[in-house]
Formats: sequence, C-alpha cells, structure tokens
Amino acid sequence: MTLLDLQMSLPLVVVAATAVTVMLVISFYRNQTVSAILTLAGLLLAGACLPLAWGGEPYRIAPLVLIDDFAIFYLGLLLVASFAVTVLSHSYLEKYRMERGEFYILLLLSVLGALTLAVSDHFVSFFLGLELLSVSLYVMIGYLFTKEKAVEAAVKYLFLAAATSAFLLFGMALIYAELGTMEFAAIVESLTRDGGVRSPYLLAGSVLILAGAGFKLSVVPFHMWTPDIYQGAPAPVTAYLATVSKGCVVAVLLRLFSGIDLELHSGLFLVLAVVAASSMIAGNLLALLQDNIKRILAYSSIAHFGYLLVAFIAGGTNGAAAATFYLVTYFAATLIAFGTIGFLSPTDQEADTVEDYRGLFWLRPGPAALLSIALFSLLGLPLSAGFMGKFFLIGAGTGAGLWTLLILLAASSAIGLYYYLRVVVAMYSSADGNTVKERGSAAAPPFSASVVTILVLLALFTIAIGVYPEPMINLIQSVAESLAGIL
Amino acid sequence: MILVWIIAIPLLGGLAAWAAGVRSASAPRWIALATTAVPLLVALSLWGTDADGPWIATFEAAWIPSAGIEFYLAIDGLGLLFVILTYFLGVLSVVVSWNSVTDRPGFFYLNLLWILGGTAGVFTALDLFLFFFCWELMVLPMYFIIGIWGHENRNYAAIKFFLFTQASGLLLLIAILGLHFAHAAETGIHTFRYDDLLGTTLSPGLGMGLMLGFFVAFAVKLPAFPFHTWLADAHTEAPTAGSVILAGLLLKTGGYGLIRFVIPLFPEASADFAPFAMTLGVIGILYGAKLAFAQSDLKRLIAYTSISHMGFVLVGVFAWNTWALQGVVVQMIAHGLSTGALFILAGGIQDRLHTRDMNLMGGFWPRAPRMAALALFFAMASLGLPGLGNFVGEFLVLLGSFQVSITATVFAALGIVGATVYSLWIIQRVFHGEPGETAGSLVDLSPRELTILGVLAIGLLGLGLYPRPVLQTAEPSVSVLQAGTHWASHNSDLRDGTYVEHTDSLPVQSTAESPVLPSRAGPLSPHGRLTPPTAAPAADSPLQANNDAATPDPHFPQ
Repeated sequence: MTLLDLQMSLPLVVVAATAVTVMLVISFYRNQTVSAILTLAGLLLAGACLPLAWGGEPYRIAPLVLIDDFAIFYLGLLLVASFAVTVLSHSYLEKYRMERGEFYILLLLSVLGALTLAVSDHFVSFFLGLELLSVSLYVMIGYLFTKEKAVEAAVKYLFLAAATSAFLLFGMALIYAELGTMEFAAIVESLTRDGGVRSPYLLAGSVLILAGAGFKLSVVPFHMWTPDIYQGAPAPVTAYLATVSKGCVVAVLLRLFSGIDLELHSGLFLVLAVVAASSMIAGNLLALLQDNIKRILAYSSIAHFGYLLVAFIAGGTNGAAAATFYLVTYFAATLIAFGTIGFLSPTDQEADTVEDYRGLFWLRPGPAALLSIALFSLLGLPLSAGFMGKFFLIGAGTGAGLWTLLILLAASSAIGLYYYLRVVVAMYSSADGNTVKERGSAAAPPFSASVVTILVLLALFTIAIGVYPEPMINLIQSVAESLAGIL
Repeated sequence: MILVWIIAIPLLGGLAAWAAGVRSASAPRWIALATTAVPLLVALSLWGTDADGPWIATFEAAWIPSAGIEFYLAIDGLGLLFVILTYFLGVLSVVVSWNSVTDRPGFFYLNLLWILGGTAGVFTALDLFLFFFCWELMVLPMYFIIGIWGHENRNYAAIKFFLFTQASGLLLLIAILGLHFAHAAETGIHTFRYDDLLGTTLSPGLGMGLMLGFFVAFAVKLPAFPFHTWLADAHTEAPTAGSVILAGLLLKTGGYGLIRFVIPLFPEASADFAPFAMTLGVIGILYGAKLAFAQSDLKRLIAYTSISHMGFVLVGVFAWNTWALQGVVVQMIAHGLSTGALFILAGGIQDRLHTRDMNLMGGFWPRAPRMAALALFFAMASLGLPGLGNFVGEFLVLLGSFQVSITATVFAALGIVGATVYSLWIIQRVFHGEPGETAGSLVDLSPRELTILGVLAIGLLGLGLYPRPVLQTAEPSVSVLQAGTHWASHNSDLRDGTYVEHTDSLPVQSTAESPVLPSRAGPLSPHGRLTPPTAAPAADSPLQANNDAATPDPHFPQ
C-alpha cells in the first residue's frame, strides 16, 4: 500500500479507526455522550479528508476500489447523512436507560459498509460492503429490544437480508461463470461489446443482482419488509435505513449500469421499467391504506425509489445527475421527517399514528413546521428541494422519451398527494386538545439543541435548494460527468 | 425591477403579517392591506405607459443557467390587466375578511398574500419553468385557506382542490419539459423562454400530446367541463375571501394560460383541437347553468354559474379572432368583479344567518333593502344586462365565435337565457316572497361591505359603459399573439386544399389609431349588429371556414 493509496482511502480508514476507538473507549469508560462525540468527530474527520482526493484523476486501489469525484460526492453525502443520524440517535437514546454506547460502534461499522459500496468497483467490494452494512443493521433495528415490535422487525430484516445476500452472491457467481471477471468495468465492456445480454446466464445474473439491490432499495417486488421494519425500528435507525442504506446502493448501481446502454438490452430495460412502474403505483396505493406515519413514509419511500428508477432508466449523464440530485433532496426531507418523529416520540412507543399529530401546528409550531417542510419536499411543492428534484427527474425522463413511465409517475404521485395531505391536514386542523395530550406527542420532551440545530440546518438546506439549486446542480453535473468519463 | 416588486411585496408582506400576527390581531390586517395596495398602485402606474416593443416592462436575471432556466418576467397589456385585477380583488378580499377572520389572522394573511403573489407571478412569468413555479406556488396557500378557515366540509373540498390542481400540474410539467426538449433537439439550445419556444416545430402527434398537457392543466383551473367537479366544493366551503380569490383570480389563470400559451405555442395542434374545445365550452355553459338552477345552497349556485361563464372563455379563446379574444378578456375581468361581489353577498348572508340554504331564506328585501338592491344589480350583471361588463364580454365572444362556428354560437347564446333564469331565481328565492324562517336575524349591509360592493359595482358599470381603455390595453397583446399564429386561416386553407395568401383576418392596424371595436358602431347597443370596422380583411375571415366547428371536421387529420 503506497502513501497515495492511504491518502485516497483515508475517509474509510478514519471511519474504521473511529469504530475501533469507540470500542476501546467503551471498555474503559461507558458514557453514551462520549461515544457519540467520538463518532461525530470521526465522521467529521473522514469528511475533512475528502478534499484530499477531490478533483484528481480516477484512482484505483487494487482492483477493488475506485475513487473518483462521483465516489467522493457519494462519500460526502453518506457521511453528512450519518452525521445527522448520529446526532438524532444521541438525543433519542438519551431517553432510554440501558447500555447505549455500543450503538455507535454498530453505526460506524454500518457506515463503513455504506462507504465501501460507494467506492466499490468490483463484486468483492460490492458484497463486502453490503454485508458490513446489513449485519450491523440487524442489531441496530432491534437495539431497543424492550420496544414493541423491535425484535420482530430485526428478525424479519435478518431473514430477508440474508436471503437477498444469497441471491446477490448467486447472481455474481453466474456472471463470473460467464465472463470470468468481477470488475465492473470489464463486465460492462463485455456486455457492450456483445451488443446485448445474449447469454441466459448473464441475464439471470443481472436480474439476481438487481433483486439484491432492489431489496435494499425496497422497490416492488422486494418491498414487503419495508413498512414493518420502518415501524419497528427506532426512528433514527429508520432514518438511516431510508437514507444511507439506500443511497449507497444507488451509487453502486449507477456505477455498474452507467456504461450500459439500456436500449440495447431490452430485457433488462423491461425488467427495470416494470419494477419502476409497479413501485410507483404500489407504493402510493398502499400508503393510502395506512394510519401510521412511519408506514406511510415507508410506502412513500417505495414510490420515491420508483421515481428515481425512472431517471436511472433514462441513463446517461442526465439520468445519473437527476437521480443523484433527487437522492440528495430525498435524504434531506427523510432525515427531517424521521428526526422530527423521533423527537415527538415518548419512551414507551413511537408517536407514529396520524392521530398523534392532530393539531400539532397550533401546539408545537416548531416541529410541525419542520415536518411540513419535509412533507412538502417529498410532495414536490415549489420552494422546496423536492420540487427541483422532481423537475430534473421528469426532465431526464422526458429527454429520454420515457412517456409511459412519466404518465405513470404523474398519475401515481397525484395519488401520493393524498396521504401526505392527511398528515398535513391532521397537523393543521384545530387541536382538540385531549387527543394530543393523551397521546403524549405534545408533552414529549423539548428538542435538544443539537437536534434542533441539525434539523433546522437540513430544513434551510431544503429551502435553499428549492430556491437556488444552481450550485448543487453544477456540482452534481460535474460529478455525473466524472462517472461517465471513466467508462 | 418593477415587476419583481409587484410579486415580491405581497410575498414579503405575507411573512411580515405572519410574524406580526403573533403579537397583535390587527397588525396583520394593516400589513396585508398595505402590501396589496402598493402593488396595485404600482401596476396602475404602468397602465398607459407606452410599450417598447411587445412588452411594457421586463426583468431578466440568471436563475438556474445550467438547466436553461431564467428569472424572466415581462408584462404586456394582457398581463397588466390581470395583475391589476389580482391586486384590486386582493385589496377587497383583505377588507372583506377584516372582521370575519379572527382565528389566527397572521397565518391567514400569509396565505392570502402568497396566493396573490403567486397569481401575479403567473401573469408575468415568461420563462416556462418560472411560470410553472408560480403556478404551483399559489396552490398550497389556497389549500390552507379552504382547509383551515372553510366551512363544515372543508377538508374534503380542500383535498379535492389540491388533488385536481396538482395532478393536472404534473401533466403541465411534463408537457413543458417535452416542449423544452423538442426545442433543444431542433436548435440545440436549452431554454424555457417563452419567446424562444414559440414556433418550435413539433410532429403532429407530439404537438397534440404536449398541447393536451397544457390544455388539461388550464382547463382544470378554468374550469371546463368535464374537469369542473372540484370547483363547486371548493367555492362552497371556502371562506368569503377565499371564494372571491378562487372565482376572481385562480380561474382566470386558466383562461390566461390558454390565451398566452396553448394556442401560440401549439398553433397546429390547437387548430385541430378547436372544435372539441369549443364543444366542451358550450357544454360547460349549458351544463353549468342547468346545475346552478338545481342548487339550493347559495354559494354552490354561484359556483356553478362560474362554470357557465367560464365556458364562454373557452369558446372565445378557441375561436381565436380579435373580437372573441377581446371578449374573453373583458368577460374574465367582469366575471371576477361580478362573481366576487356575489360571493361577498353570499358570505355576508352566511355570516348573519349561519346558513347558505336558500330554502330557509326569502323575503329579505324589506329587511335588508340595500343588500337586496345590490344583489339585484350583480345578478343583472351576471345575466348579461347591457351596460354592465359581462354583457360586453359575452357579446364580443359570441360575435367572434359566430364567424367560426354558427352552431356553437347558437348554443352558447342559449347560456345567456340560462343565466337569466338562475340569476332571477336567486333574487326570487332570497329576497322576494314570504319571509323565510331566518329572515328575523338579518341585518343590512355595514358601511364597510357597502363600500366594497359599491366599488365593484362602479367597476362593472365602467367596464360596461366604457370598455375602451381595457380593450385598448389588451389590443396590442392580442394582435401580437394572433400575428404569431396564422391560425384561423390555417383552418380554411386546409379546408380548401389550397393555400390562399391572405392578410390577417382581423383588424390589426397601428395601435395609435386603434380600431378597437366599441369606438365604432356599437357592440354596446344591444341590438346594433356590428359591421366590421375594416371590410376587406373581414371578408376572408373564416366565416365559411368552419361553420360546423362543433363537430370534428372529417377533413382534418386528427
């Protein structure tokens, strides 16, 4: 390993080292605040290392890892989201009397997995990262095992994630058997050279890999786990599941598929289009039936990744840029939403039914305003980042002429308006005081300063992107071009 | 820069009103009054300014250059008239809700002012992305106004309103982007500028698809049959100021969009579609009138009359000649004033009696003579009494559409009979007859209400007796829009199978000595049949071209 290798991979090394440090510190001195501060410092330091690698030529470490601007952008995104999740977790866990320090080790290891995915350029690092991400998540989901449904959610996730890992491995094996390589670039090249997925092994392998990724992204038909686990997991872990654990898979998929012209691969195109369409429709329709806000957000995330797949299918630099931009706006909105939910939740259960939020705006305008901004952004209303995100998404789809998918997108997101509005209606309808007080969301502890800061910053970011997205667009454009430049 | 202020003042005022509402209940009102009055004065000061080129004022700034999006505002006579209407009704609705909104006034005025700012943005934005941005911006505040300050069934009405407008808005977004990429594919330039996108060549199929995307969005707002079902609920449940703004402004954005965007951007596709659109307009006129007649809820009745009146707008726009378009402009302004006034009256009655059920009313005339007299006045305006604004509008629309389709015009004219019936029906049921059980608690209009309604009445009278200033202001825009689309002629040329070189079919001369209609033989005299001001151009007007436009023409490629 040369010094340059070290410099380029420093963010990952720092996160790994932080995990070890936190573990060592816990064995001498148990204090969740110390663990949290160490974690935050580690994440910050990792983020500070990013500029060292920015802007250079794509750099490959062994055949496993590729660090270019695209990877660094995603590393930054994941680190920021993890930072926010850490802050949210700290205040959330403060409410529980139990051993809490280990949570941060798990979180850091899981983040390390996510980062590995973002830089992976090889099936081995792909699988390694995915496992590292998932194994820690099993425990994080069930961490508050005294809570109703936490263990159920954790076990469900364990079984399903293990099964998908098996799918993924089998898919990789099939592709390796056919092509004799596990490097993304080589795979893409041989696919393009042959002018289409001819061999059944290749098609089956790609579909299995998509199934594995689809599970993480929770797109139809791999979405079944989403609502139960979103509901059962602690709110900050749900935020993590919804953002970091999905974002890194998007990164790896963009990297793997960016060089493949889907028009040449009609089978693959069809599979993706059907997945996108059914995710949009099923996600939005099923969300209509829910009374639990975490389940609503779970189904809506299914729909959102259906939208995102439209940009993915559109392909090219525009598609990658639109998908990345949409992901950024989705990250911000989702973190705000789950952060707010986490902090309105009393200790015995989560404040997660729509009824809990009735009249919230008039009782606690601050959290209600934050949650509104998140929901409006997910809805795609102007002045919020989601509006711009949806605009570029539809732009990418229009540019590629995906009319059917776009009409479906319009129709299904029109359905989607309704369930977001239900929450909004509840928040803004007159407080008939009793329900709120009895349910306890209004009586929940006041926001801690750290959480307020992080949520307000995210909200300001959401509005800033909604008003003036130009800098972010330029950044993402250049990043997407660097992705295209390699292949 | 002046255009930026026209939009920004109410937006900032809204935030200020919200902030002030925490401390005092009356401060938001004064802030709202000031921040609607100032842009009204600013807009009025633009009236009569000589246009330099097609636009009276423009403002351009970079916004999202990497996507070809500019912050591009421009105003011409057409836009100016609507901006003035926006703030005129804005001031009135602030005053209307002066005492009636006591519940969280700060948040109420925030929403009200943001609707006004968004609407002004719609009327001035000429970058299609910015237009869409403003188009969406006005939806959410309206949703809150209906959903928080509305009547019994407010949640249902608010959600229905939101779903209809958002769903059609997404179609509009897809269509805007489709046009953008079609233009980029043709010229290689990524832009959303209206002026640049004009004249983009589109294949017939794509053109029709994109045109329908625009059309549906605007037809939902207008609302045109069969997209009208949200309107009755929204109007009925909204608080008075909300109804005034819905009827007076939001519906007008639909009509404005049709004039400004649909036909100029997609001349061929909309020419093919015109027969259908006019049919929908005629159905809306008759069906709206029929539904209005069947209502016993006062606000609902007035809401359905809007559908009927807006049918004239649809017919007029797709007739696409100077008379019809001028008529559409006048009709929209007059409808904003007269229906706004009727909603203020209905709201006043509801505030006093806590019911809108006309079965419980009757015999109000002796109790509240001033209210009754004004109601009669506005009912007369609504039925198209000569001398009031609505008459001018409807007459000009019919005059224009007569040259395109006699059938459509005949049926549309029947709508005026319908309007007579339902307008008199209101007066009959509410103000005449035996005193209803609620008549006892009725109090006559307060000086504040009297002033508001008086101002509206003067506006309608002015528009009816001397519409020339309005017509003159709209005329240059209308002729510019028409000049860009050789459209009526397009029909007749196709019909003949040969291309006929023609002059513009309508009197577009120098604006200085404008041949605006009323200055000549009077369309204002109720039985005077108008002779075309310039004989020669009118001769090749498409009188014979499309005289059965109500049914699709088999010769046209669909």
